[in-house]
Amino acid sequence: MPDGAETWRDALAAAAMLAVAPESLGGAVLKGFPGPVRDLWLERLRDLFGRERPWNKLPLHINESRLVGGLDLVSTLQLGEPVFMRGLLTASDGGLVQLSMAERADRAIVAQVCAALDRGEVVVERDGFSARNPARIAVLALDEGIDEDERVADALQDRVAFAPDLRAIGIADLDDDPISTRDIEQARRSWRQVELDDEAELQLCAAAAALAVTSLRPATFAVRAARIAAALAGRERAELEDLALAVRLVLVPRSPVTFTEPEPAPEPPPEEESATTEDPAENESDPRADDPTVLDDRIVEAAAALLPPGLLTALARERARRQRQGGVGKSGALRYSGLRGRPVGSVPGDPRQRGRLDLLATLRSAAPWQKLRRDATRSTQQAQRGVVVRADDFRLRRYKQRSESTVIFVVDASGSAALHRLAEAKGAVEMLLADCYVRRDRVALIAFRGRDAELLLPPTRSLVRAKRRLTALPGGGGTPLAAGLRAAAELTDGVRRRGGTPTVVVLTDGRANVCLDGSTGREAAFEDARHCAAMLRLLGARCMVVDTSVRPHLHGEELAQAMGGIYLPLPHADAGLLSRVINERRDAGVA
Amino acid sequence: MNFPFSAIVGQDDMKRALLIAAVDHSVGGVLVFGDRGTGKSTAIRALASLLPKIRVVTNCPYNCDPDSKPEELSCPECIARDPDKLKSRAVGRPVVDLPLGATEDRVIGALDLERALREGEKAFEPGLLARAHRGFLYIDEVNLLEDHLVDALLDVAASGENLVEREGLSIRHPASFVLVGSGNPEEGELRPQLLDRFGLSVEVTTPDDLKSRVEIVRQRDSFERDPEEFCRKWRRRDGQLRRRVEKARANLDDIDLPDTIVELAAGLCLRLGTDGLRGELTLIRAARALAGLEGKSEVSSAELRAVAPLALCHRLRRDPLDETASATRVERAVEEVFGAGA
Repeated sequence: MPDGAETWRDALAAAAMLAVAPESLGGAVLKGFPGPVRDLWLERLRDLFGRERPWNKLPLHINESRLVGGLDLVSTLQLGEPVFMRGLLTASDGGLVQLSMAERADRAIVAQVCAALDRGEVVVERDGFSARNPARIAVLALDEGIDEDERVADALQDRVAFAPDLRAIGIADLDDDPISTRDIEQARRSWRQVELDDEAELQLCAAAAALAVTSLRPATFAVRAARIAAALAGRERAELEDLALAVRLVLVPRSPVTFTEPEPAPEPPPEEESATTEDPAENESDPRADDPTVLDDRIVEAAAALLPPGLLTALARERARRQRQGGVGKSGALRYSGLRGRPVGSVPGDPRQRGRLDLLATLRSAAPWQKLRRDATRSTQQAQRGVVVRADDFRLRRYKQRSESTVIFVVDASGSAALHRLAEAKGAVEMLLADCYVRRDRVALIAFRGRDAELLLPPTRSLVRAKRRLTALPGGGGTPLAAGLRAAAELTDGVRRRGGTPTVVVLTDGRANVCLDGSTGREAAFEDARHCAAMLRLLGARCMVVDTSVRPHLHGEELAQAMGGIYLPLPHADAGLLSRVINERRDAGVA
Repeated sequence: MNFPFSAIVGQDDMKRALLIAAVDHSVGGVLVFGDRGTGKSTAIRALASLLPKIRVVTNCPYNCDPDSKPEELSCPECIARDPDKLKSRAVGRPVVDLPLGATEDRVIGALDLERALREGEKAFEPGLLARAHRGFLYIDEVNLLEDHLVDALLDVAASGENLVEREGLSIRHPASFVLVGSGNPEEGELRPQLLDRFGLSVEVTTPDDLKSRVEIVRQRDSFERDPEEFCRKWRRRDGQLRRRVEKARANLDDIDLPDTIVELAAGLCLRLGTDGLRGELTLIRAARALAGLEGKSEVSSAELRAVAPLALCHRLRRDPLDETASATRVERAVEEVFGAGA
């Protein structure tokens, strides 16, 4: 069973390989919290990597022009001519950029980093400059995500080879590093010549397929990693153990596959809060697992035989972790952040008023008059360099503030009417989504049934993702209304914290019969539900209860009151009507 | 150094669509949407080396054609030039990258800050749209493009000219280009108006058979280890492909288009309920370009069949409750129409 010490050794191996060929491996997503373990790993990587090479930290708030380059305002104003400032990506050429709290990084920043990884250069078309500069970089993304929504963007994960997880490593596990900088230098020279035969390539690809790693980038990384592992071990030919190491370090961490072991030995989750029970359907509706990858049994067997011992337990651990995270494939919610609004041009104005100065536009408006103004001032004052800016040159940036709206559907999936109701809710979700790419709104779906509620569709704007998630929507069982509302409250809180505007739409007949603690009983269950409804009111969510029962019941109305929302008895709600009503209410600001 | 086009394994639809756009620019661009790591941008960037050279007016920032007639839209600088003393040179057909985070001033063009500050001169500095004239404009992650840039692009892509009214400048220059976009649908949907600007659309998926997966990994591995050697190995194949494109371009007008084919195309669009004539026109043009690529002198129903999904899939009216993939719907319609007509 892989213990902390083994995980640490693997993490060090990844560091060494990364130091050998950073730009060929793309980098790593490092999971773990700040602390001695992470610090030591970073120190080791830095030593092996070479302290003379660039290593730049990208803070969370970095803007695009600092990242890729743009107009250097100070010098431009001083010299009176445009001066280009190169960005951090270009400054890191031949080195590494470190992205702190990568799970919260802005999607535009992540996209820029990915583009640099793809091309090994940065193409700039900004602020009047057109430039193309080398940026052969590796990326180290520090992932401190706890919450299920917080994950490093998939696009970035796909472009880096390693994903060491330091969270299970204790201080006692830390071991000495057997690799010296001399080994690294040697391997840098030799790894490209390491022999790796067709059979080995086939095995790595088979392993990737068996682990359901569908993207081809990881498989390519695995081939490189195997070569580098062999070079580090002083071999001229990649052996089985090099392949096994490559599989373990590159392919396993991103596999969504759950292996069943010969002897049932479920690995308890090693840390953090108790696992929330997830329906297996969650895994089935996983967008990656859904991928129609044809898996030949023999290949699975072959790959399993190739996999090093201890891997299956590691996989089980990985699976437990993923289940706790509520499935994989979630994009960082922040990628969709438009919280500060989009700049939409500039207007003349006074910078002392509220607003941000658009310096470039200001310069542009001042520029044509420079010669004239200089001539004018020369007669009265001393001649000067620099740009003469007058009050009426000032341009203020205008932002289009679009408070991102997220509609959270809470759907009663219990009992006999469930299937029909679910189908209509699904339809409404998709119709709203179809409307969403124009409005840039997001939609989420929580279903409750049996004893618990489940986030079936995390907030998304993607029709593709929504469809994949919605196809496997289960129905039937008891009515844990309270659990559904609690899940909605949690999600509401999350949306709020990201600056979005949540709207909760509950579709139910109001006949709760399962309490929060799982016990049954109508009275107690409804009390719990009312309690959770009050939570939603406290969170300030706009709410709407759609009563789907054939004979509308007092409970629905009470629930709506507790939420401070509106009550809509729609016994025969169909998808079209639902989406129309929700749209109207939302636009009117009532819902 | 770009990965050679002919070394790309599989993804036949994507390659076919790109080659068609290279043969006939009037099909109106290609959108490649699909999974991560399927070589979308690799293929598009590789296309540049397959495009035949063009002649442009020397020192013209808009790549004006020296042979264009005076009444045809040409740039403000070339209008001022003496038509008898035009110098021209051959250049590679432009394939211009619209990088992420590009600002509006660089895309549509703006006041030349340097000349304005230094000389107090009000001069226009052409942007990417000018550079892409007569060539290709490539937008990676097209669904991440800022809204105001999309608006600007939509307008220019439709009219073929760029109108700049800003900072006291008033400029109008030709900007007709083939729009090529790529992206991953999981990152978000594309605005329908933008979707409509693409003549052909391709959905790419990661190949799921081990043989081609191994083949792809192998190719990438050898390219990464020695790009020069790799490109040398594929140079001949790329050359053959380039000559095919050149030949097809030259013969395009001589390819026969039987009435039965036009009728079939119309029937197909009618069956699928695509709006307007654009789908039909694209369908026919793409089929003709494909016939040219295959060295045929007449368009047959085989070509129509091959390009139907490319030209029509993204034009279907979306029904959120209909789970059937658009590709399947097109396929079904093709079977119905062709079964009856051919």
